[in-house]
Amino acid sequence: MATLPRTRPRNRRLVSRNTVAGWSFILPNFVGFAVLTLLPVVVLFYVAFTNWNVFGVADWTGTANFRRMWDDASFWTALRNTVYYAVFHIPLTLAAALGLALLLNRKLRGVRFFRTVAFFPYITSIVAIAVVWNQLFSPEYGPINALLGAVGVDNPPGWTASATWSMPAVIIVGTWRYMGYYMLLFLAGLQTIPAQLYEAAETDGAAPWQRFVHVTLPGLRHTTFFVTVLLTIESFKVFDLILVMTGGGPGQSTLVLSQYIYQKGFEENQFGYASAVSIVLFAICFGITVIQFMVNKRRNS
Amino acid sequence: MTATDLSTPVPAIAVPGNHGTSARRVRSRAGRLVGYAALVLAAAGLLLPFFWMVVASLKTNNDVFTIPITWLPDPVVWRNYLDIWQRSDMTTWLGNTLLLSVIVTFLQVFTGSFAAYGFARVRFPGRNALFLAYVGTIAVPWQSYMIPQFILMSKLQLSNTLWSIVAIQAFGAIGVFLMKQFYETIPEELSEAARVDGLSEYGIYRRIMLPLSRPALASLALLMFTTTWNDYLGPLIYLRSPELRTIQLGLNTFISQYNAEYALIMTGSVLSVLPVAVIFLLGQRYFIEGVASTGLKG
Repeated sequence: MATLPRTRPRNRRLVSRNTVAGWSFILPNFVGFAVLTLLPVVVLFYVAFTNWNVFGVADWTGTANFRRMWDDASFWTALRNTVYYAVFHIPLTLAAALGLALLLNRKLRGVRFFRTVAFFPYITSIVAIAVVWNQLFSPEYGPINALLGAVGVDNPPGWTASATWSMPAVIIVGTWRYMGYYMLLFLAGLQTIPAQLYEAAETDGAAPWQRFVHVTLPGLRHTTFFVTVLLTIESFKVFDLILVMTGGGPGQSTLVLSQYIYQKGFEENQFGYASAVSIVLFAICFGITVIQFMVNKRRNS
Repeated sequence: MTATDLSTPVPAIAVPGNHGTSARRVRSRAGRLVGYAALVLAAAGLLLPFFWMVVASLKTNNDVFTIPITWLPDPVVWRNYLDIWQRSDMTTWLGNTLLLSVIVTFLQVFTGSFAAYGFARVRFPGRNALFLAYVGTIAVPWQSYMIPQFILMSKLQLSNTLWSIVAIQAFGAIGVFLMKQFYETIPEELSEAARVDGLSEYGIYRRIMLPLSRPALASLALLMFTTTWNDYLGPLIYLRSPELRTIQLGLNTFISQYNAEYALIMTGSVLSVLPVAVIFLLGQRYFIEGVASTGLKG
């Protein structure tokens, strides 16, 4: 928190003047924020307990939606697939982003160019990315399988055409897209580690690997924590990439929670049931964030 | 979860540090070589899809997939870039997207920086709780409240209008975060002096903070423009009429309509990426600083 104007607590007039001024600054943004973000989050917890449909007629149905979800095989498939994506996407992206950041945090000619290159996928739209990668992954004629064939892989995977390989394909693209973004956060974190620490470690005879473990990693703890939180949320809400790349298929092999919400809500108009599934997504993201914060706090103290 | 926890102070990215510039030249040269090799490899992997996109967009449709793969277009089919305008509603899509991106960017920059001033410089009861509400939404994915938001927007008669996209994009928390973080680096003495000179809080915002925060405003504007330009889910849910389609939505319908026109699909993709790519390359510095100082996506 920054320094604040020094207010004298007894001066009521100043406080009320500041309140008016403060609110007047915040209000233009807050009105939109409250109506379009806060209110929907609150309403979510009502709609999930109703059978709200396209006509907007809703009866309170208690926990019916949640009981239905319990027996809904598609819901569990979607949840399993989302966890599958997260379990691989998070560590892969974390490692790739950190690796890139370490590479680019050195005095090399052209680092700026490489940084731009690494960030480029992140600013490219999902639709363009998905369609290019689908061509690259094309099982019979695509360059990726041609490359695999050239290095001696006899039976290259079918990627998005195969139920087994569609999820790995999506994970690869997801990692490719986001690692540049998290790399930037790591780079910013690396800049905060004092150079003297490295010099001291070096005079003590620490090998590069030891310097990495004992200086870099502890110095990056805050950044790593923050990146992990963002990555976790990003993984669990994954949607548009998969929607455009595979549409959830083949079969239900890449169906994820967000897409299931979309299907139930916007394709089948079951707003009540879709909201119940939304609450699961909400709880996962919020819960994991809170747990991560608590663990981080305990480790700090 | 407190506000301070989240606003991890991250400085702007400067020239890379020179850790360990001691002796052992030979080893450092070897390390440098390995570093370069790794970088070139990584860059090749990162750029391959873009290379493919551009090359395929200049091929005839039959040449896109060949055995063995041809890595350069021969002949170069510039015609694709003319045909695409006739075969699709590219003009409408680009026009809609440009309009939306400009309005959203303007609104976000204005309301975000205005609110950020309130959070950073005016002390009033309830301020921190209010800011916590903004911070808390980081942990709440849009996908989890898109259903009730859609219900609300339908009640407001906004769905299937371009206004719906403006509404869902323009009031996000990102502008508030980014600008607040920047304002807090501006010395308080400056505004204190202005207050003594009789400037109101609005005057301080307008005459002192805004001019000083140009780089941060540029960062925010670039981030917002890109986010809105690339948004696919918002338009997918809200824009049903063909004449309202944005470039992402249009491109995707084009892909499903002409799914065997591989070359033209790539042409459309290049056109959809190009404006953002140009803007990104021009304003790269602001872009990267913006991301580094908020760690937030739009």
